[in-house]
Amino acid sequence: MKVLVPVKRVVDANVKVRVNADNTNVDTANLKMAINPFCEIAVEEAVRLKEAGVVSEIVVVTIGPKAAQEQLRTAMALGADRGIHVETDDEFASLSIAKMLNAIQNQEQAQLILLGKQSIDGDNNQTGQMLAALGNMPQATFASEVTVEGDSVIVTREIDGGLQTLKMPMPAVITTDLRLNEPRYAKLPNIMKAKRKPLDTVTVESLGVTLKQHQNIVKVAPPAQRQAGVMVASVEELVEKLKNEAKVI
Amino acid sequence: MAILVIAEHDNATLKLDTAKVVACAQAIGADVDLLVAGEDCSAVVDAAKQLTGVRKVLVADNAVYGNGIAENLGDLLVSIAADYQHMLATASSLGKDVMPRVAALLDVAQISEVVEVVSEDTFVRPIYAGSALATVQSLDAVKVMTVRSSAFDAVANDGNAEVVSLDGVFNSAVEFVSQTLTKSERPDLGAASVVVSGGRAMGSADNFAILEQLADKLGGALGASRAAVDAGYVPNDLQVGQTGKIVAPDLYIAVGISGAIQHLAGMKDSKVIVAINKDPEAPIFQVADYGLEADLFDAVPKLLELI
Repeated sequence: MKVLVPVKRVVDANVKVRVNADNTNVDTANLKMAINPFCEIAVEEAVRLKEAGVVSEIVVVTIGPKAAQEQLRTAMALGADRGIHVETDDEFASLSIAKMLNAIQNQEQAQLILLGKQSIDGDNNQTGQMLAALGNMPQATFASEVTVEGDSVIVTREIDGGLQTLKMPMPAVITTDLRLNEPRYAKLPNIMKAKRKPLDTVTVESLGVTLKQHQNIVKVAPPAQRQAGVMVASVEELVEKLKNEAKVI
Repeated sequence: MAILVIAEHDNATLKLDTAKVVACAQAIGADVDLLVAGEDCSAVVDAAKQLTGVRKVLVADNAVYGNGIAENLGDLLVSIAADYQHMLATASSLGKDVMPRVAALLDVAQISEVVEVVSEDTFVRPIYAGSALATVQSLDAVKVMTVRSSAFDAVANDGNAEVVSLDGVFNSAVEFVSQTLTKSERPDLGAASVVVSGGRAMGSADNFAILEQLADKLGGALGASRAAVDAGYVPNDLQVGQTGKIVAPDLYIAVGISGAIQHLAGMKDSKVIVAINKDPEAPIFQVADYGLEADLFDAVPKLLELI
């Protein structure tokens, strides 16, 4: 069966971003970019399913600027078979992204769609659920374990308070949590091989979906900064300050 | 037009988060209705109708809603969406699962983790792990949102709302298999006024016992960094951070936690932050009100003794 894995190019998780001077966005120029960590986990899971003989083809897709092809190549170096790049410099709401992915799913007819549970830039946590709704597919979000059994997929999800296991027919959408797996590193020969794997570039228009503007970003501001605190010399001093100064115990 | 708030509960008790989301709804204005969808959840309905400012409690009590399956709940929400201009849920695992599905079915965008209401169509939400706050204006007819409950104060309990039963039953092909919940006598992580969290430096699951004792002594909840969860010291639902729980207690004690961006995203709105760490360069000290550079295995037992 075929698996579709949407991935996103984001600012590297270890980089501290700053708001730009005119408070319209965060300043991402010249920052280190990477594949979103949750997307990397989705790619790894797809590759493991392929290694287990459950999956025959892994298609990775990204929607973004030309440079986002780097992230598709990364995913292919990790084991994806081919890539689809929807090239655009525009930024879209999650719903528009989901509509574009749904158009691609209609062409590809994958049995499973694996996405990260959220991108670490927008922190929306929406795209997978929206894609499932648009494609009238069942969804399993925040997955920490995925097992394919015949025409069904059994997913253990991380929920508030513990874990929940659901069983659903395929095609289905699964979004990955951090504990699903530990992504591998791409080896040099695989990075070289990935350069020769097929990568189709398509335009937003060619997908034939009608997109609307849903939101205006009025402004982007830095959060309130915390006042620098004090270092205490001993546990006694800490307890004294918590009792008498902060009055929290 | 009215606002619908989806109640957060476990079929037995109404979570305090719901009262906080009702407060957010009241900041938007208009009539606030509450939806309680679950199985055998009459105790939740009794608690829900007492929330101040709630006009009606809509009740969908059926086995199909007992386990919070997004497809069933989503279809139920879509069936009553025509009456509402705003639909709000807690940014919990349930709200995050269901609301984007509802938004897509209604062909509207969703606004996640709202922390401030500017006007009925404009809201503030954190992006980039809380490194920036985006003010977003929704252009959609229905505003579907999840609310970061730690950013709002709970409404009181002196209401007496009308209870209305919903008879729509929506069942999907998704099958519930099982659920394992972490049992704990301690307060809910999101609702606790004191949180004691441990990181990788705790060294083992057994060592977390001293933090449990500290949490119990302070009447607080136990939390953890991703490193502690990944190492298997504590279950994942105790993780505080960008992708775990977001907390804002009166007192947050971070023990053996370095303070990575992703962890800070989950706790930097706490009123008082205490850090105990033996590395003086740890980033956690840049946000801590009180920092103690010490070995946690010396400091925590002593702290237990003194309070």
